[in-house]
Amino acid sequence: MGNAVADITETAPRSSQFNIGNIMHRYGTVAILVALLIVATSMSDVFLTERNLINVLRQSAGTSLMAVGMLFVILTRGIDLSVGSIAALGSIVCAILIQQYGAGLSIGAALAAGGACGLVSGVLIAFLKLPPFVTTLAMMTVARGLSLIVSAGQPIQMGDAGMLIVDFGSLSFAGIPYPVWLMAVVFVIAGIVLTFTRFGRLVKAIGSNIEAVRLSGIPVAFYTTSVYVISGVLAAAAGIVSTSRTGIGSANIGVGAELDAIAAVVIGGASLMGGRGGVFNTFIGVIVLGIIANMMNLARVPGYHQQVFMGCIIIGAMLLQYASNWFRR
Amino acid sequence: MENLVELSGIRKSFGGVRALQGVDFSLRPGEVHALLGENGAGKSTLMRVLGGEYVADAGTVTVSGEQQQFRGPMDALEKGIAIIHQEMALATDLTVAENIFLAKIPSLISWSDLNRRARELISSLGFAISPSATVGDLSVAHQQVVEIAKALSRNAAVMVFDEPTAVLSARDAERLLDIIATLRERGVGIIYISHRLDEVFRIADRITVMKDGSSVATVERMDVEIDDVIRMMVGRSLKALFGEDVERKAGDEVLRIENLSDGARIKGASLSIRAGEIVGLGGLVGAGRTELVRMIFGAERALSGKIFLRGREVKIRSPRHAVKAGIGLVPESRKEQGLVLDFPIRVNATMARLSPLVNALGFVRRSKEMSAVEKLATRLRLKAGSLNDPASSLSGGNQQKVVLAKWFHADGDLLIFDEPTRGVDVGAKTEIYSLIKSLAAEGRAVLVISSEHIELFGLCDRILVMREGQLTGSLEPADYTEEKLLRLAMVNSATAEAAAIH
Repeated sequence: MGNAVADITETAPRSSQFNIGNIMHRYGTVAILVALLIVATSMSDVFLTERNLINVLRQSAGTSLMAVGMLFVILTRGIDLSVGSIAALGSIVCAILIQQYGAGLSIGAALAAGGACGLVSGVLIAFLKLPPFVTTLAMMTVARGLSLIVSAGQPIQMGDAGMLIVDFGSLSFAGIPYPVWLMAVVFVIAGIVLTFTRFGRLVKAIGSNIEAVRLSGIPVAFYTTSVYVISGVLAAAAGIVSTSRTGIGSANIGVGAELDAIAAVVIGGASLMGGRGGVFNTFIGVIVLGIIANMMNLARVPGYHQQVFMGCIIIGAMLLQYASNWFRR
Repeated sequence: MENLVELSGIRKSFGGVRALQGVDFSLRPGEVHALLGENGAGKSTLMRVLGGEYVADAGTVTVSGEQQQFRGPMDALEKGIAIIHQEMALATDLTVAENIFLAKIPSLISWSDLNRRARELISSLGFAISPSATVGDLSVAHQQVVEIAKALSRNAAVMVFDEPTAVLSARDAERLLDIIATLRERGVGIIYISHRLDEVFRIADRITVMKDGSSVATVERMDVEIDDVIRMMVGRSLKALFGEDVERKAGDEVLRIENLSDGARIKGASLSIRAGEIVGLGGLVGAGRTELVRMIFGAERALSGKIFLRGREVKIRSPRHAVKAGIGLVPESRKEQGLVLDFPIRVNATMARLSPLVNALGFVRRSKEMSAVEKLATRLRLKAGSLNDPASSLSGGNQQKVVLAKWFHADGDLLIFDEPTRGVDVGAKTEIYSLIKSLAAEGRAVLVISSEHIELFGLCDRILVMREGQLTGSLEPADYTEEKLLRLAMVNSATAEAAAIH
């Protein structure tokens, strides 16, 4: 009988346990974070203060919600470019409705609007097989346009009715701001869904080999659509979080935010080819981006320069991912 | 005669796994040397050493009397060693001529010259393929011809064919064997890896059998019979290949299709299968067998016709409906269609029926899942380190068992196997045959597509033959001969063949 030893050999050479690539792949993102923490601490005395760190987290809350949605989409081998615009739509819808209908209903309507955008993209992508990049690019302009129409291009004051939301943005519980709590809850739920549920398993499997999953009798179009709905809802939520800091709904928030979300997911080691990526690493990715922005603010790097740095960091993260794949061969 | 290639004492380990344990192998010019062995015996690893993809831990590679130190595939190509991979390494969007001369395409291209040289090379192989055709539009057989022409353009003195006929129809395989004979006459040394022993016995001059990383024996083809070789490979004879026959009785009709058509490839197909029956579906590649079963499974749309399951008409619009209705399909390509390769064996095995393993909130019950998969692994004699290892870590035969496990777990009434033993070693083949028989013995209906006639003859209770999208006849065991099957599969298709060649 062919023994187990021989059975392995004719498939691709298998990665052994002690392999630089595997280690880089698993801990690369964490390593980036640690390196950044060291650099940041040595650069500025302010960095490692409680107040500053909490500030970093608070500022990352919006991006993180979008990044979680983006992670689900990217796991299916898709991309969602519309999240920044949907955030604006969520912000506007919430701000307009809140004066008449109160916080609960207006938040619900904002999330529903985001979900509806995601549903449209998802149906076009999953059932009509349109490419995700182009479809969500179109949704990006549609959602932005809608928020400009609805708001007539003007910022919308939430007024007294919006106090609850402003409180959410400015107050803390147990020393941690509410947006950070929200971020934590979303990450934990997303982590549980991806690791322990049928939904999470199939979403990842679809990204890895959609045809094999389809031929197992799984309604792949349903799952593919639903990740875009999730992404839309979370993007709208990110818009509300963003509004909560100022109390003003605006059609101009979230411009370019989709790039931050994608960057966070990619820095977190997810593969744009689908099937690979995790919630914890995405969280680290978000924090890495947050710290970089924070560092540059502390060092008084001008805004335009910051963008160049940010781009370089993203390329660096991609190279790291590439290198870890290379070492795994 | 001086040896063209001499490999001696080749050792190669991956981590702790010793893939090659001191293998000797030689090839003379103008010789077809078959390399046989189960998957995992080390054939491909040995060829990768020869092709410069792997560097041996010990041992020497000698080509034309000179000892070589290949650092990469380019070094080996330089010395005239060409490996024709089963998964072809062609750029499908480029033309035939571009592919043939890809490595040495001049910076300023004279298309007329390039196309002329390409045409000459191809016609020297007895084919007429347009040099300006896009490779992706060609049939698999013609792509293989392009691959061979590519090797010839580099003056390859040694060509390694790794399971070349596995993806070809009977007739195209025939033509490939003719090409190989032509190459041999020109003095090319040919190493031929195949699981099809009848082919090997027709064209090989010498045969080397490998097992567990060593070579068992090198023999002259004249000196041995097929049964001897099988025994060398696995220690069992051809009769034992199909496993034990289990008592089974044909019951009620499970599937009936009437006049199924898709308006293109399938032109009104009707058939019926009863519980406990194993029905074969024979025919040439391209006859529409795969399309037909994919239609039954809902993976492709039927335009007209009816499908009845257990006497009741059903509408199957997607694989999901099919699985719910109790149909399972082991698809043609396990890597692309059968498995999520990067995912654990456990996840692949339960994918078609997760609901009993999931609680009301959608959480997978891991321990219940694990015990279900462990049972399957035992029943299917799956050889795996851990059931949490990715499916890609398994050998071909064991990967196929995981696909089977998926449908065992789904527990349907009708199981369709499309080329169930492609790229599977002899030992695993027997096990798969036994499993298919046991499924039928449990009262399920089984439909098997195979391009290996021996497989259909050894496994099936009757064989339906397809040609050009229609069922042309049925064979009972008394009529099981290659000739009768091919007559049903091929008569009247000469015109189609002519059209395909231009």
